Amino acid sequence: MKYAYYPGCSLHSTATEYDATTRTVCQTLGVELEEIPDWNCCGATSAHATNHLLSLALPARDLAKAEQMGLDVVAPCAACYNRMAQTIHETKDNEVLRGRVSAVIGADYEGTAKAKSLLEVLAADVGPKVVEAKVQKPLKGLRVAAYYGCLLVRPPAVTGWDDAENPQSMDKLMTALGAETVDWSHKTECCGASLTVSRTDIVLKLTRDILDAAKAAGADALVCACPMCQANLDGRQGAVEKTYKTNYHLPVFYFTQLMSLAFGIEPYKLGFARHSIDPRELLHTKEIA
Amino acid sequence: MEMEVLNLTAVGPAGPAFAAQVGAEAGTNAFSCYQCGKCSAGCPLSYAMDYQPRQIMRLVQLGLKDEALKSSTIWLCASCATCTTRCPREVQIAAVMDTLRAMARREGYPYKERSVAAFHRAFLNGVASGGRAYELGMILGYKLSTFEMFKDIDLGLTWLRQGKLKLLPERIKGSASVRDIFEKVRKLEQEEVARQREGRPAAHEGMEGHS
Repeated sequence: MKYAYYPGCSLHSTATEYDATTRTVCQTLGVELEEIPDWNCCGATSAHATNHLLSLALPARDLAKAEQMGLDVVAPCAACYNRMAQTIHETKDNEVLRGRVSAVIGADYEGTAKAKSLLEVLAADVGPKVVEAKVQKPLKGLRVAAYYGCLLVRPPAVTGWDDAENPQSMDKLMTALGAETVDWSHKTECCGASLTVSRTDIVLKLTRDILDAAKAAGADALVCACPMCQANLDGRQGAVEKTYKTNYHLPVFYFTQLMSLAFGIEPYKLGFARHSIDPRELLHTKEIA
Repeated sequence: MEMEVLNLTAVGPAGPAFAAQVGAEAGTNAFSCYQCGKCSAGCPLSYAMDYQPRQIMRLVQLGLKDEALKSSTIWLCASCATCTTRCPREVQIAAVMDTLRAMARREGYPYKERSVAAFHRAFLNGVASGGRAYELGMILGYKLSTFEMFKDIDLGLTWLRQGKLKLLPERIKGSASVRDIFEKVRKLEQEEVARQREGRPAAHEGMEGHS
């Protein structure tokens, strides 16, 4: 199993621990990653909020490179994945639009490479059984709320690999690691990522709702698959507590960090020191690390 | 008591052509909306919007272009696509919001949420210059254009200490080709605006690519 790897900008800045543990997990599971050479930013929400053609052209430049490599793309970031899947979806049966995109990027874009999220590759292509077989340190006693956020599973016409309202793929992976997952209401509620800088007040409210729901469901921690979700839920958790006079102390993991931990990788290699809510205390209490 | 009479069946100044244009650009049928309100019930941002997503759809249908493009809704929409996912009429409401934002910007409408527009501009400036997002530069650019100098200083400093924000941008080898993408798109957009002003038919990409 080999993929063209698209880390995206966040995995080179705020989320280097997601990048590192993605590589670790893929190596352990025999998923080969070849980074797309000289990849550019997908444009994220800002591009599609600005100009439709721009929002297709930026991911298309990367997808055209993956075509040259003869590989499908895997993207760990939910936003990058969504923009790529959207580009493929919109251009797939539209030769005129593909032509326009090719003209803008100055390269042939055929639309032959698929784009998958890392969660899809590990949960569906590799599968929980293979994952379970690699577990050396089961995450016994850890109760997690699997948080998918908005862009991994929506809209279903574009994503379509897991249920848009009650996805299960991450829950199954966590169960395979020996952890427990909670049933809860906010699996796919948006954290408001694109407004995090400009309307922080809104993001604090949305983040509070998600943290409240996870806490009420009895979770010890949240698990996510998106650097923006992690930045809001972890990085802004202190501000939420201060604003709303609440107390959560809920660590927010990338699912690849927990996979690495269960695969027996030493905890100091997993980037926990970069979290605002340090998860090491919880892991210690649970005698996991 | 005197009440203001609102004629909700009359068509606004932009007429049905507006809904047709929005639908064509968004790749959806704006006339399909039957006002059930499912989009607005599920929208996590609706509490902060001046018009509910459902109401925006109605404004579009009625040709009330100014009201739609001057709303806070189009900027507060976080593009989570809960609306699109749940619409029983398969209207791509999130795509309609994108279309309205793009339209408001290129036609020079005042932004109801200036900070949101400033963020998008600062973000894309970084991508256009180096090929990749540059968080620190984006934040500084945003602060300079909004004068929100002291907002988020705590988190910014924490992230700098945690090594989450890079001091220098990553510039890709092909950054010129990315800049070129922005240039070409800008030129095409200017041509499109000129075409519309002169009343020539729009050369959008067609609806068949979206579904």
